[in-house]
This record gives sequence, structure tokens and C-alpha cells, in this order.
Amino acid sequence: MSTLLEVNGISVTFDGYKAIRNLSFNIGEAELRAIIGPNGAGKTTFMDIVTGKTKPDEGKVIWGEMSRNLVGMNEARIAQAGIGRKFQKPTVFEDQSVRENLTMALQNKRGWSSVLFWKPSKADQNRVVELAAEIGLADELERTSGELSHGQKQWLEIGMLLAQEPRLLLVDEPAAGMTLAEREHTTDILKEAAKTRAVVVVEHDMEFVRRLECKVTVLHEGSVLAEGSLDHVTSNPEVIEVYLGR
Amino acid sequence: MKNRSFIARNPSILVFLACLGIFTLAVTIASEGFGLGLISTSFVKTLGKTLCLCLVAVAMDLIWGYCGILSLGHFAFFGLGGYMIGMWLMYERTRLIVTESMAAQEIPPTPQEVVDAIGTQIFGVVGSSEFPLIWSFAHSLTVQLILVVAVPGLLALVFGWLAFRSRVAGVYLSILTQAMTLALALYLFQNDSGLRGNNGLSGLQNLPGVTASQDVVSIWFLWASALALALGYLLSAWVVSGKFGSVIRGIRDNEARVRFLGYSVETYKLAMFTLTACIAGIAGALYYPQAGIINPAEIAPIASIYLAVWVAIGGRGRLYGAVIGAALVSLVSTYFTGGQAPDIPLGFYTISWVDWWTVLLGLTFVLVTLFAPKGIGGLFDLVAQRAAPDRHGADYGPDKGAKREEEGQ
Repeated sequence: MSTLLEVNGISVTFDGYKAIRNLSFNIGEAELRAIIGPNGAGKTTFMDIVTGKTKPDEGKVIWGEMSRNLVGMNEARIAQAGIGRKFQKPTVFEDQSVRENLTMALQNKRGWSSVLFWKPSKADQNRVVELAAEIGLADELERTSGELSHGQKQWLEIGMLLAQEPRLLLVDEPAAGMTLAEREHTTDILKEAAKTRAVVVVEHDMEFVRRLECKVTVLHEGSVLAEGSLDHVTSNPEVIEVYLGR
Repeated sequence: MKNRSFIARNPSILVFLACLGIFTLAVTIASEGFGLGLISTSFVKTLGKTLCLCLVAVAMDLIWGYCGILSLGHFAFFGLGGYMIGMWLMYERTRLIVTESMAAQEIPPTPQEVVDAIGTQIFGVVGSSEFPLIWSFAHSLTVQLILVVAVPGLLALVFGWLAFRSRVAGVYLSILTQAMTLALALYLFQNDSGLRGNNGLSGLQNLPGVTASQDVVSIWFLWASALALALGYLLSAWVVSGKFGSVIRGIRDNEARVRFLGYSVETYKLAMFTLTACIAGIAGALYYPQAGIINPAEIAPIASIYLAVWVAIGGRGRLYGAVIGAALVSLVSTYFTGGQAPDIPLGFYTISWVDWWTVLLGLTFVLVTLFAPKGIGGLFDLVAQRAAPDRHGADYGPDKGAKREEEGQ
């Protein structure tokens, strides 16, 4: 499997606190990966660095065949390069309809002038309907997304990410606050998405991670503690010590 | 659903344009210049000016209500538009007067003598007769008309580029825009700024080469202002509809999310800032010929704050709200500050509205913000029986400028 994203020797310090220390790992094309770790392990900071929100003190983030270094690029450029991000809290544009939310995320030109004169093509409209069906919101297209339930908002956000057609999807705690049925649906969506692209899921919930049936990376104090199948890492004494033991 | 025409999706535009058309027609019929003489020419001018204020309020609503940037400097652009057209009006009118008086001389004046005489006429008041560099194109109406849009646009572009690129936002940006308009006003107050210092430009109500009376000219300007408002409203409504509108409303509510969707937030903000500055410039260029005079006091920081107050009272985030707010507040303000409102004697103290009007306005602003955040425009929701959302106190996004729960529909 060829490497899509290579995190190489990243370190970042916030006010003297080392949030990430010399973090390195790779993510392949069309791979589903779960990242687990206790609070403060650096999971969210890792996402911030990959998406350009936080600049690391040292290290590189190498992306794609062209091996571009993402460090130093701004958020919008990184998103355009093909990295989508889902936040912990569902963040959709609550004032706008499901259709508007999805349309905004569609893979189209992002420049202001092309957006100003943009008209939805038949293909675009079909894609929106298709996506809405995929995330179970086909009947809610014209509803203001602020009215949706918490779980529906989470799906809408995932739908927006899929609309972006990213090659790498970073998903921060997708199952937080969801009911059991919603969790199962979310697992299906993520597994389906991972067939055509890389998906990295940051999650606390062990049951949810187990259902994803994928390779797991355990972070602790800003670096990789263990990596492998869930059974493999959960039998690692160090992991039990820092994470599961508590 | 998606393929219906732009107007069909926004029926309020038609209603607005119809109201504006009827208003213009009614004023024309009742005016001294063209009809029954029920409305005095000075009041026609007030109404024409009000339409220009409505246009700049629409621009303010675009940048604040839709894009979430509380700019408190848009009157600088408005004023600059006025200065640009004022330069041509003053130059051309002075030239006509000077040429006429010199024609009586035995030796025909050389072109240089004419220019010098115009210079003396215009700049004598600030103790100079030289034309400053910025007057280079004052003789050309075409160039000055281009500058009406270009100068505010360019200032907004440079200012916005610097501010947005450094990700200045929220209250800091508001303060920065106040500083911008204050700095510009202070600069223009200087005699050597080239725009006649605190005297400003005057006599702008006289169109060079036009012999028609002010009764007629005032109606022309009313028409021009109404047309500009109609076009500006249409343009704004078009900009905020569709995907561009989605993106800028997204920026208002949650700009980080828009960034992660791959949109360059800074570029969009800059585009909106510049566009609204251009609209403000056009509004100013139509306003000041009706006012007759422009001076640096017009772009004092308070003017831009008033602009935000109008939009807030009218209802942020809906274009007709901005128009209603600007029209209502500025007309009521004219009534109170014009000395027409009767004073209220309290025995021990007499409430003179000229002094107390700002207090009343401030109080209204506070009350609207607290108890009716949708502003006057919110009344239309009552008519349309739109249910208010129950969001349990949550706003529509995490950003400072985000739509508030109370503003939802």
C-alpha cells in the first residue's frame, strides 16, 4: 500500500508544554485508521497540524505522490489539496438548509469569482441528492440544518466531507453523543468511505473502534505508543498501563 | 426547486422594487418641479438623500449582516465618493464662471491663466492657488466618475488586505475601521490635504452647464438615487443568494469551518469589503450633490456608527431591513434635529429635541438590541407567521458576528 500521508518527526510546544513530541507515522491510500489515546495525548493537536490550523515547531507532513510538505500551507490550501476534517462538535452551517450545506462542500472551484457566477449543474444536483441519501437525510434537504438532531448534524457534516471528495478524511470523535443505532450507521458510513479514500478516526470509545475493524494507533503524551490491530494494542502492557488501566 | 429564476426565489425583491417605484413616482407627482407642488424642493432633496443613505445601509448590511464583519468605517468610503464627484462639480462650475468673466477682457486669456484663475477661486479659501496633484483629473467627468468607485474600492482593498491577511476580526477590526475613518477625516481637515480642509467642497448642488431650476434638478437626483438604490439592492440580493451567499453567511457564523472546506476566507472577506466600499462610494457621489456641501466632518467616526445603528434597528441580515432602518431613522432624525419637533416643557426643564434626539436614538438602539434583535424587519416575520426558532439559547455559530438565536426565522 502506497503512503498517502507521512507525519515525520513533528513536535509542537504550547507555552512550554510539549503537546506533540517527535510524532511519526504513515497513513496509506484507502486505509481506515483509528487513533486512540487518553486526554491530552495530542490527538486533536495532530489533526490541527495536518489541517494547517497549528504550525509545528519542527518536522514535516508529507502529502501525496508529489510529496508536498503541508507545513506552512494555510487551511484552505490544505483542504483544496484533498484533506477533509470533521470536528468533534458537529459544525454545520446551522442557518442554512441541508442542501446549501452540501452544495457548499461539493468539489468545485473555490475562488470567489467562480463561486459568484456558479450555477448548479444537473450532475451537482444529483450528487447532492445522492449524498443526502447516503447520510440518511434525503427527506431533509430543504430543512434548516440547525433544526436537525445532534446525530443528523454529525451525518450532515460527514456528508459535507464526502462531498469535498477528499483523499484523506480526518474525523474527530464521530460517535460522541450518538445513540446506539446512530453509532452503527456512522460506522457503516465511515467504512464505506474508507473503501475509496483514507479515513483517520480519532475516538475515545473502544466499542466504536472495535466495530471499525481497522488498524489502531495509540498516542500517549504526543507520540506513538503502539500500533496494530485493536487486540494487539490492547494486550500491550504499556497501553494497558497508560490508557486502559485507568 | 433550484432552477427557478433568481427573482422567483426571492419575491421580496419585487415587492421592494415596486414600493421604491411607487414612492419615486408619488414624490415626482407631488413635487414642485414636475407636479402639484405639495412637497417642497428641500424635502425632495431630503428624500433623495435618504435613498442614498438606504443604499449605503444596504452595503453595511452586506458586510455586517451577511458577512459578519462589523465595519465601522463605511462612511469613509461614502465620503470619498462624494469628494470625487464634488471635485468635478466644483472645478467645472468654477471654470464656467471664470471663463465667462474673463471673456469680457480685451485680451483673451491663455489656458494657463484660466486654470490659475480657477485655482485661485477654489483654493483661495485655504490660502493657495495651486492645484494639488489629486486634482489632476478634476476637469474630466468620466475620470472622476471612475474614481467615485475606484478610490473607495482601492482604499478598501489595501486596508482590507492588510487587516484580513493578519486575521484581524471582531471588535479589533471594528476599532481599526474606526481608526481608518478618523485618520482620513483628520487628514482631510488639514488645509494642505488638497481638498480645502475643513471648508470642504461646496456649491455642489449646481450642475455645471445646467440652467434648470433646483426644483427640477432635485427630481433628477431623486430618480438617480432611486435607480442606484434599485440596482444596488438587486446586485446585493444576487450576491447573497446562491453559493457565494452561502459561503459568506458561513464565514459570518463559523469562519474556521469555511476554511476547512477549502475556501479562502480572507479573499472572500476582501471581495465583500471592497464591493461594499464601491457601493458606498456611489451612494456618497449621489448624496453630496443633493446636500450641496461636503466637508471632513461628514466622515467622522460617529457617522459610521450611525450606519451600524440604522442597520441594527432595521434588522440585520435582511436587505429590506437595512433600507427601512436607514430611511426611518434618518427621516425621524431630520425631523427632530431640524427643529420641527416641538419642545417638551417640564416646568423645571425643557426637553429640546435637537439635544435629546441622540439620547432617544441611543435608547432605541439599546432597546432594539435587547428586546427585538430582528429589528423592524422582524415585523414582516410576524405577518408571514414564521415561527421563531427554539435553539435553547444557542447562536447559529461560534463566531462573534454569528447570527444570534433571536435573529433566526
